[in-house]
Amino acid sequence: MIGHFEHPIVVRSLTKKFGLFVAVDSVSFVVEKGEIFGFLGPNGAGKSTTIRMLCGILEPTDGNAWVGGFDVRREPDEVKKCIGYMSQRFSLYEDLTVEQNLIFFGGIYGLESERLEVRKHWALDIAGLRGQEKVLTGELPSGWKQRLALGCTILHEPPILFLDEPTSGVDPISRRIFWDLIYELSNQGTTVFVTTHYMDEAEHCTRLGLMYGGKLIALGTPTELKQKLSGYTVYEVESTQPLEAMEVLQAEEWVAETSMFGTAFHVSVQNVPRAGLKIRKILEKNGFEIRKVEKTIPSLEDVFIHTVLHQEQNSFHTES
Amino acid sequence: MRIVLHIVKKELIQFIHDKKMFVMSFIPPVIQLIVLGYAASLDVRDIPLVVCDRDNSASSRYLVENFVASGYFRIVAAVGRESEVDRWLDNGQASIALIIPRGYERKLANGQQTQVQCIADGSETTSASTAFSYAMLIVQNVAQNTIVESLVKYGAIKAPPRIISVPRIWYNPELKSRNFMVPGVLGLLLVIMTMILTSMAIVREKEMGTLEQLIVTPVKPIHLIVGKLLPFLTIGMIDVFLVVVFTTLVFDLPVKGGVLLLFVLCGIFLLTTLGLGLFISTISRTQQQAMMTAIFFFILPMIFFSGFVFPIENMPRIIQFVSYFLPLRYFFVIVRGLFLKGVGLTILWPQVLALLIFGISIFTLSVLRFRKRLR
Repeated sequence: MIGHFEHPIVVRSLTKKFGLFVAVDSVSFVVEKGEIFGFLGPNGAGKSTTIRMLCGILEPTDGNAWVGGFDVRREPDEVKKCIGYMSQRFSLYEDLTVEQNLIFFGGIYGLESERLEVRKHWALDIAGLRGQEKVLTGELPSGWKQRLALGCTILHEPPILFLDEPTSGVDPISRRIFWDLIYELSNQGTTVFVTTHYMDEAEHCTRLGLMYGGKLIALGTPTELKQKLSGYTVYEVESTQPLEAMEVLQAEEWVAETSMFGTAFHVSVQNVPRAGLKIRKILEKNGFEIRKVEKTIPSLEDVFIHTVLHQEQNSFHTES
Repeated sequence: MRIVLHIVKKELIQFIHDKKMFVMSFIPPVIQLIVLGYAASLDVRDIPLVVCDRDNSASSRYLVENFVASGYFRIVAAVGRESEVDRWLDNGQASIALIIPRGYERKLANGQQTQVQCIADGSETTSASTAFSYAMLIVQNVAQNTIVESLVKYGAIKAPPRIISVPRIWYNPELKSRNFMVPGVLGLLLVIMTMILTSMAIVREKEMGTLEQLIVTPVKPIHLIVGKLLPFLTIGMIDVFLVVVFTTLVFDLPVKGGVLLLFVLCGIFLLTTLGLGLFISTISRTQQQAMMTAIFFFILPMIFFSGFVFPIENMPRIIQFVSYFLPLRYFFVIVRGLFLKGVGLTILWPQVLALLIFGISIFTLSVLRFRKRLR
């Protein structure tokens, strides 16, 4: 049992069951100080449930977790003092003004008078809300609400920050600004634990855990994860009727995976010589018009799909 | 303690900001008092009476006079034929009809039996039965006088022997139902205002997701509960103040048992209603659910089974048993005692004790449930 105090977050076989449904299935990982640790996965994969257990909102069914060196089961009050938590709903009081929200959350965290004033101004600055103090929070655009929510969450300068899908429903520019803030906090030594289902956001993380069906199916830096696909070559294909084209290719035994990628689709193959040419031939034979077949760098999405499919195949084999 | 103050402050800002809620908390109490004080009267006076005097004699007029002199009846019409009576009762212009048959005086003089007929509009059960009992009383009185007079006249007795009952009604000498209703309204108001407002204020945070946000802060559940409930306790007390001012000035119904005691006992009662509000918030997910739960499972039974309108003694056993679990039952005894009888703790302690036990139990239960949900 080492590392509870050296690492901001230590998770050991953490499990949460809701009745018969296993939302989080024996998940283990360690987060280093100052890291931006991402949890990537589709809705219902168990990302939020994990975060909620770490924040002390949900009680784990099994396993252990230490946050800031404190046991989330036995010392939830201590855990709460050293974390900031922002949910996907930016839970602010919409009927309070920007300033009233900041003062309320600051007060709740025990900030008083001068320090509260300093932190309030700091939060207004980072949220870009200076001059908007008297505006009702409900009237703010969602990007600003999100930054105000972040401001409220880190008023008390928590060393560990949990962000549960912090950018859902926010425009791309606001997302960009938001991520710049996250980098800044991480540079200053804050440990950030973030969940997302945006692949591009996942690329921002120092390290990533891939969640699927309650299980942590892969863990590593984005680069490490992409190396999982080493030995695989990924082609980006643009053609007419992409869905049908994918079906045709998928039927070929030498094709490992196909997946939609914007208007194009990706085809992964393992150790197939001149695969680009083969793809062209098959599609042309079947009457598809091809605009592009190109080798491409595997994206996290390719990694994700690859890992998920392998996971499912494995569990299929073990079941049968 | 400072954290509690922050929560109270936030709660008050939200409350004042929500103008509807703000107005809702102070205007309806006054309106309800006026409405229930004036309109919800069970007294029956000036009952519209239609008279069909077919005898038209001194004796028959004497009977009719007795009806008018009682103060309970007001003659709306005098008709000649019995058939005309129907019309007045049918269209509701009269609630009761008095029909005196031809030969009424003659039969009385001859020492024969005679009948007068009373027809009451039974579609309004309460007024009809009251009107009927007044009419019976008047007719009996007249009959008794007639008998006594004839006995004296024929020299059977020298002076008429009489038994006269001297009715004295204590605490509410005029039997005004307003005096009975108004203190009750206070109880009802406190239940409605504090229980619904409390449960909705907490459930709203659940709906908005802010409760979850509060849970991840170092705020202790007890801070949160106290901070949420204090403002509503204050609102309840302001309502009590409004009611006392109003009853004293407008209804001339001062708190005989002492205003201070009233406030203290209202405080104890609020412990039960706030506790119930908190309890409702732990079993509801949305504000609508909280509202419906409060109305159907708590407020309606309290109105009907706590003795606000119907006396508990007349209820079936099982309902009487249920009423023991309604804090309003005890509070009605307390407010009526304080307003009308002017009694104090020496008399009211069993009710106060019941409220305390109820309040502490529901509070403990709710706090435990609330904390369990938080973790």
